[in-house]
Amino acid sequence: MSLRKLLLVASTTLALGITMASAKTLRYANQGDLKSLDPYTLNETTTNAHLGHVYEGLTSRGKNLAIGPGLAERWEILDGAKKWRFHLRKGVKFHNGEDFTADDVIFSADRVRAQGSNFQTRVPKGAKFNKIDSHTLEVELESPNPILIAQWDTWYIVSKKWAEANGSAAPTPAAATTPSHIALNANGTGPFRIESHQAGVRTVFKPHAGWWGKPEHNLTEIIFTPIPNDATRVAALLAGDVDVIEPVPVQDIARVNGSDKARVLAGPELRTIFLGFDQTRDELLESNVKGKNPFKDVRVRQAFNMAIDKETIKSRVMRGLSTPSALMIAPELFAFSAAYQSPKFDPDGAKKLLADAGYPNGFEVGMDCPNDRYVNDGQICQAAVGMLARIGVKVNLNAQPKAQYFAKVLKSGGYKTSFYLLGWTPGTFDSHNVLHDIHGCRADGSPRGESNLGGYCNKEVDALTDKILVEGDSAKRNQMIKQAFDITTKEFAYVPLHQQALAWGISRDVTLTQRADNSVLLYWATKK
Amino acid sequence: MLAFVVRRILQSILVMLAVALIAFTLFRFVGDPVNQMVGADTPQAEVEKMREVLGLNDSTLVQFARFIWNALHFDFGISYQFRQSVTALLAERAPATLELALAAAAFALVVGVLMGVYCALRKDGFLAKLFQAVSLVGVSLPTFLIGILLIYLFSVALNWLPSNGRGQVVKVGDWWTTGFLTVSGWKALILPAITLGLFQMTLIMRLVRSEMLEVLRTDYIKFARARGLTTRAIHFGHALKNTLIPVITITGLQLGSIIAFAIITETVFNWPGMGLLFLKAVQNVDIPIMAAYLMLIGFLFVMINLIVDLLYAFVDPRLRAAMQG
Repeated sequence: MSLRKLLLVASTTLALGITMASAKTLRYANQGDLKSLDPYTLNETTTNAHLGHVYEGLTSRGKNLAIGPGLAERWEILDGAKKWRFHLRKGVKFHNGEDFTADDVIFSADRVRAQGSNFQTRVPKGAKFNKIDSHTLEVELESPNPILIAQWDTWYIVSKKWAEANGSAAPTPAAATTPSHIALNANGTGPFRIESHQAGVRTVFKPHAGWWGKPEHNLTEIIFTPIPNDATRVAALLAGDVDVIEPVPVQDIARVNGSDKARVLAGPELRTIFLGFDQTRDELLESNVKGKNPFKDVRVRQAFNMAIDKETIKSRVMRGLSTPSALMIAPELFAFSAAYQSPKFDPDGAKKLLADAGYPNGFEVGMDCPNDRYVNDGQICQAAVGMLARIGVKVNLNAQPKAQYFAKVLKSGGYKTSFYLLGWTPGTFDSHNVLHDIHGCRADGSPRGESNLGGYCNKEVDALTDKILVEGDSAKRNQMIKQAFDITTKEFAYVPLHQQALAWGISRDVTLTQRADNSVLLYWATKK
Repeated sequence: MLAFVVRRILQSILVMLAVALIAFTLFRFVGDPVNQMVGADTPQAEVEKMREVLGLNDSTLVQFARFIWNALHFDFGISYQFRQSVTALLAERAPATLELALAAAAFALVVGVLMGVYCALRKDGFLAKLFQAVSLVGVSLPTFLIGILLIYLFSVALNWLPSNGRGQVVKVGDWWTTGFLTVSGWKALILPAITLGLFQMTLIMRLVRSEMLEVLRTDYIKFARARGLTTRAIHFGHALKNTLIPVITITGLQLGSIIAFAIITETVFNWPGMGLLFLKAVQNVDIPIMAAYLMLIGFLFVMINLIVDLLYAFVDPRLRAAMQG
């Protein structure tokens, strides 16, 4: 073999080797679908995470959920948080090659607040967006808001020119008679672009060569397939047909870890699972106590808090994968969480409290529970039924699929529940949301307390909540939050149970950062 | 004859209306679709507006009338989850389901007939006994269990076949995708086709066996033997041919149920067909998809039965005479 031939062979082999090494396809399966590609259609973690590969917000959230720069390089808070100035990143290109400018942000601000958007609350209604120059803009607010940008990492910026040219200037409304272009196509600024999308079957992502940032992944392709069936999803991971799955059912964790192909990435999640009481009706809908509502008595609520053994739920129902919680917010999201402790598990004390409240023989109450929404939700309720039986409370459990459950207990169903299990992640990753949405007093025509299914109400907490919203000083703010939580825990507004754990299954060839909000972000993934 | 055909078609339309009505009544109990369409912290006013726009606040009768009217125009609306036309979604998924059903039916027919013939000819052989036992398993084990077992054996433990999906598909024409043209497509088809076809296979095997045993006892077989024909000619030329008539009838009728019951197999193997779409639609209260799918399956059964009825009338002179009389 001549030298030249040898060199040729060698270089070809090398080239082949390089292409093979660089072709890294990551196959990912989630139990949920990527439904519409329109980033304003469905405000839900999984969808937001998917679209976060393709679209970007003015801000971003890092691996520990800290807010960082995104499409805005930096910003200034002026005028006591009534005015915000954003300096946009220069040289950012959309996937179709257009330049990103302030016009796109202003367009997106109108679009996200338009009829049909599920993200209307991302940008306050009265906020005015003023363009200073092509890459600077000012946002004028009607009232100060120091947490304006808390959720802007998932307020994705859409290209004005592209959306208008494709008849997608308005968000895809729920009752659209023709599917809009943007529901099936995407044009963002993110690190990945969508190569093909077949809703509910398969979505292929390819890296966006013109991305402004420095990629932390080494992938050349992401193939996403929804696999709703738990057993199938786990089998696909174990068989090596997919590289990443979310979630791994609790009962399969040991098996996945025992395999030589995959392992489970587990960590605490931000969602708090809790039990709630109807505290508004004068007589419970489902109870044998007539003429009065036992849950209006704080002693009864305290007794329930003492009767539920969170540690047992953790070890028996959650197989160790939960963090028992004394608060209605995850410890990662509130600095003073450690100061709170759950009431001691004490069935005898609880029984005594019930007797003091006038129920020496307990009472009967109906309980609503979803059975396909949260990790082992149905079993948690069953465990609670058993524990409450020990203090003489007979619970008639009604565990149903989420579609029926939510139709019954939410506001649209008339809050038809006496005692229920629910999970809550504050969308803003902030206590204000928890206090406002699930502790606020319900009132007609006001969004306050709309998810407060039991109608707990304390005006003092409401007043604090309003102050917390506009307080710019974080130390003072935390102090006020603590004050509010002191009141709600003393009044036993709820029975906080735990933060469930995240469980992702990943191939042993893959490394991936797990973010506590359960967003699977593959731009932090590397594959061997 | 014409009167008979018209009568049957009218009856079919009545059946379809009944299917639509029952389906619609059921939808009242599946839950509230709007809660599945928006995030948990959506303001209530927005949810209310959505209900109004979707027409969910109208009475069931009004909703039903609207649905029938649109269905007559082949318009099944827009899927709540995907915001795409339901007709397009179903058309996109139909090739996957039809190919799976076809493969399952072919598997059931070929293997079922072969095993049935073998069992009839070697009635007391060890293998025949084994086949019989296996067929019992096929009849009694539920589909999802068989599917999971096959996945764990052939995908997870042996790693021979893919655990889910359709493999590489190729576009043929404007609206058909096929997995028949690629190796990975064929590999992906094997396990689901076996799972889906197993029940029908055992049915056909038992049918062929008993029919064949029956036929082998008849006079013309004895006569064929007396004529000195080879065993092979007798078994396959005479006996098998006469056995196949009921088998073909059954297979044709079962094709409808194979398509309809593909739901479970498709779920276990994450096969991107209409059944999987339907199951997800049930979980997400996607009423337009559920309605369209039920109508489609209803239509399929009605059509098959209509054709079978007409064929019977065509083939059987007695029926024809009765109709004219």
